[in-house]
Amino acid sequence: METIVQNMQGIPLNHYILFCSVIFAIGVIGVLIRRNVIIIMMSIELMLNSVNLLLTAFSAYSGDPSGQVFVFFIMALAAAEVAVGLAIIVMVYRNTRSVDINALNRLRG
Amino acid sequence: MSVFYFVAFLSVFFALMTIFTKNPVHSVLYLVITFFTFTVHYILLNAQFLAVVNFIVYMGAIMVLFLFVLMLLNLNKDTEPLKSNLVKFMGVIAGMCLVVTLAGSFRALESSESIILKDPDIGLVGNLGRVLFSEFLLPFEISSILLLTAMVGAVLLAKNDPKKA
Repeated sequence: METIVQNMQGIPLNHYILFCSVIFAIGVIGVLIRRNVIIIMMSIELMLNSVNLLLTAFSAYSGDPSGQVFVFFIMALAAAEVAVGLAIIVMVYRNTRSVDINALNRLRG
Repeated sequence: MSVFYFVAFLSVFFALMTIFTKNPVHSVLYLVITFFTFTVHYILLNAQFLAVVNFIVYMGAIMVLFLFVLMLLNLNKDTEPLKSNLVKFMGVIAGMCLVVTLAGSFRALESSESIILKDPDIGLVGNLGRVLFSEFLLPFEISSILLLTAMVGAVLLAKNDPKKA
């Protein structure tokens, strides 16, 4: 454990911020370029995870455990979101026989 | 120190593979690897509790759920709906613009000093549990209600309607 802590010395917080924004942007690109609903949800998970990592980095940086507790709550929220979202996807697939996001434009009023 | 940069490179690489792979099953597997690299990041930050939770909940539960639904719907490369190349190109450009905007705004920050764990025990289970059950007791209990609601909702949504079928 000591060596791990030693390993962490010397990484600027800015690099963490930059890395997490890159991962977040990859998630945004995934939402924009894919039409499969499941892949879109996976991209959303990617975005949630980048925010989680950034919260943890800030928490370690400022020595405040609240950030890591928030990450724990976000994980519980993500689990709930995925369960409901996948149930909706299964339902949509049953009605339209496809997971294409464009099949949902009949929701338009 | 260079461990972080290596693992960060792996995360970005596998995240890119996740969104650019045509086969959805491969996509999920790449996402599992991405989350594994995130677990390594948590260990590097000495957030051991979050590392374990990330490993069990994300890689173990959520990703298996994704994989399960993919298998259930029998999706593969042939059924994959694709966007036109123009839309893809525009999407990538938009994402790049987001990165450039964020990176440009970070230049306004003064260069931060490196992360030094003032209190290395901060991410251990005992310490987090003490905070969770004193300061954040009410949100913790509410999140249990949230999970119950999500479970009931998911079962209700995915259940076949016997009257209709």
